[in-house]
Amino acid sequence: MAFFLAFPILSGLIILQTALVSHMRLLQGAADLILVALIAWAIQKPVRTAWSWGILAGLLVGYVSAIPFGVILVGYLLAVALAVMLRQRVWQLPILAMLIATFFGTLLVHLVEILALRLVDTPLPFWEAINLVTLPSILLNLVLALPMYALFNDLANWLYPQPLEM
Amino acid sequence: MRSSSFFSLQSLVLALIIIGLIALALGGYLAPASRVLFKPLISAQTWLALRYQTIQNYLSSPQDVARLRQRNQELEAEVSRLQSEIIDLQQQLAETRVLSALVDFARAHPENRYVAASVIGRDPSPFVKYVIINRGSDDGLRRGMPVVTAQGLVGRVAAVTAGAARVQLITDPDSSVNIRLEPTAAEGILVGSLTGKLSLDMIPQEASVQTGNLVLTSGLGGNYPANILIGQVANVHREETDLFQTADVQPTVDFSRLEIVLIIVNFRPVDISPLFPTPGAP
Repeated sequence: MAFFLAFPILSGLIILQTALVSHMRLLQGAADLILVALIAWAIQKPVRTAWSWGILAGLLVGYVSAIPFGVILVGYLLAVALAVMLRQRVWQLPILAMLIATFFGTLLVHLVEILALRLVDTPLPFWEAINLVTLPSILLNLVLALPMYALFNDLANWLYPQPLEM
Repeated sequence: MRSSSFFSLQSLVLALIIIGLIALALGGYLAPASRVLFKPLISAQTWLALRYQTIQNYLSSPQDVARLRQRNQELEAEVSRLQSEIIDLQQQLAETRVLSALVDFARAHPENRYVAASVIGRDPSPFVKYVIINRGSDDGLRRGMPVVTAQGLVGRVAAVTAGAARVQLITDPDSSVNIRLEPTAAEGILVGSLTGKLSLDMIPQEASVQTGNLVLTSGLGGNYPANILIGQVANVHREETDLFQTADVQPTVDFSRLEIVLIIVNFRPVDISPLFPTPGAP
């Protein structure tokens, strides 16, 4: 069930991202709804479909975006790996794990994108990209992190109901 | 006998008094007296009438309040409906204005064929400057077709599906456009940047470049038609020790508020790469 929900949820998020969120800029940075949603989903304890969601999100966003195909997929999978690792190590503080994963996940995705664009000879000054794009994007993603965590926590509890301990 | 005559005298006197009072009243001589006499009666009547109205209003107020509340709700709903209708009409008016400007632009350039499209989204990545439009190959769009508005050059079609296309803006860091300045005819290359700023590069040192010069496409390279307005030179940077001059350009198009664009569908970019010798080729 969780696997089949991935496509409609991620498609809806991509529509919101391209139609609304990408217009709301801070300096040159913008929030990444899909990345934050992926991290929020992967950080949930009972979730087992984080990798498939990551692959699907990377393919969908890669199809829509002008970034070279496959780059966003690699970035999202790295972010999912980070979230899964933090889930296992910081399991007692899931909100802290969410914030850490959002921070470093955004940084990872952006570093991968910057590297890929520089490899295809796009003139992209590195520190200007970090200062004007990555840091504001991290801030915007952190603002979205907690509401997304709450939403996907509810979704996870609905899809994977925990047995009551008597 | 005596009593009957007394009663008839009494009646006569009474009749005379009444007739006299009527005559005085008709003559208006009783007005001051009636004023004094009737004033307390009128006051008492007024007091009683006010109390009656108060009691009547109090008893009938629940019905009035309920009716007024219902009417208020109906009016508020009507106001909301009219306000949303106003917003829709204002939006239609704004779209009509944009479309009218685009029609005027198309009429002024009859050599081109245009397809209008709405901008429906932006690229999810903040590192690139692309927009998504709601026209695709089903509408005759092909990769490389120039995209303009009534204000000037927007970019070119980078990728196409059946019903949508992705347009690379000229502000994209990977974008480059061959340009010509008016009136000096100096040539150079317009490049985008991460911040969306446009700048001119590779302008020969001996070329005359001044603030306010118009920047137009030159048509060189075959990527864009010639003579499409891009913007104006804002600042010129000239160092004697540099190979080329550079300049900042103020675009005529507001890229943050793109709503409707025109795609020039009868222009196909020319692929000149076969003209360049490849390393190792004879």
